[in-house]
Amino acid sequence: MMFAATALAILVTMGLTLARALLGPTVFDRILAVNVFGTLTVVLIAVYGFLTERPEFLDIALVYALINFIGTIAVTKYVKFQHLGFPIDGDDDQDDPGDLRWS
Amino acid sequence: MVHSVSLGLVMFVLWLLLSGHYTAFVMGLGVASVVLVVVVARRMDVIDHEGHPIHLSWRSIRYWPWLIREIVKANWDVAKVIVQARMPISPSILCVEGTQKSELGNVIYANSITLTPGTVTISLEDGEFLVHALTAEAAAGIASGEMDLRVTDMENAKAGEDDPK
Amino acid sequence: MELILDILSWACLMGGSAFALTGAVGVVRLPDVFTRMHGAGIVDTMGVGLIFLGLMIQAGLTLVTVKLGLIIAFILFTSPTATHALARAVINAGVQPLLDVDPDDETPEGDESSKT
Repeated sequence: MMFAATALAILVTMGLTLARALLGPTVFDRILAVNVFGTLTVVLIAVYGFLTERPEFLDIALVYALINFIGTIAVTKYVKFQHLGFPIDGDDDQDDPGDLRWS
Repeated sequence: MVHSVSLGLVMFVLWLLLSGHYTAFVMGLGVASVVLVVVVARRMDVIDHEGHPIHLSWRSIRYWPWLIREIVKANWDVAKVIVQARMPISPSILCVEGTQKSELGNVIYANSITLTPGTVTISLEDGEFLVHALTAEAAAGIASGEMDLRVTDMENAKAGEDDPK
Repeated sequence: MELILDILSWACLMGGSAFALTGAVGVVRLPDVFTRMHGAGIVDTMGVGLIFLGLMIQAGLTLVTVKLGLIIAFILFTSPTATHALARAVINAGVQPLLDVDPDDETPEGDESSKT
């Protein structure tokens, strides 16, 4: 009962952030909303593990928290620098394979 | 070297906690993974006082409860602002100076500011912080510099602790 | 004793849900991307923290509590980093934050700009 109510509240919250992700005027609003959505997914997975009395779900929640962080950073970096390689010379001159060398 | 050993120990404890199987085979896999990660991290040269700040661990025990209390207070204030129908926000950007000596201290201060709802660190260069504040109270809280003092205190305490040894 | 713990954990879970909802309402209602970050901050700190605290009280002193603590610590360390990376990207993209007070002089230039 207790966990079901919490899960329901989290689902409503996720719906709200999804609305922002769909409405968001700029791409950054969408990234922010998806980041919050991911954090709430972590919480939902943990609560669902308690709801069904299967604590193994916590491991999935932990891994999801890691992936969520990496994903947000990767998307932010991609939007900022237009590619995921090392921005070695600091500016946004992309499309040069020389920029992608692993020093 | 101390940092490498400490990092390895922390990671092995983490492995034991998360795996839940205490057979020789699984623990051997854990040791192999830990050694591999430590070797790769040493090759990448990321194990130092910044990547694995063991010298702060004891001092931060005093800092965390204070930070949590601040976070709860700030949460309450921002939540009150959001639920009001007219939303009395007054967003502003202010520039503050951090008094921390190391970059690690600066990063701790910047993350503490961002972790407190109502204030977000936008940029951090040479100890100068650009902070976006949601309300005038949040801005005044950062401008008062109490958090800055506490972070500096935590950072400096380690020097006094390390000297006698 | 069991009853007290149940009530405590129920209060934590409901409080966390309320804070998470408030934060999400903030993400939807606040006027621009910088102010929305503060709403996201509520979800990331108080919402997650209280809900996991409630789950920890339910789990008692077991391995599950340790794992929940790990997740909380991880989210507390990464969420400001992600927010900061996003703020830097927004500033680099040239988005002007909606301001009530001019950064150069501290005179408020009318409250109408923020009431959207």
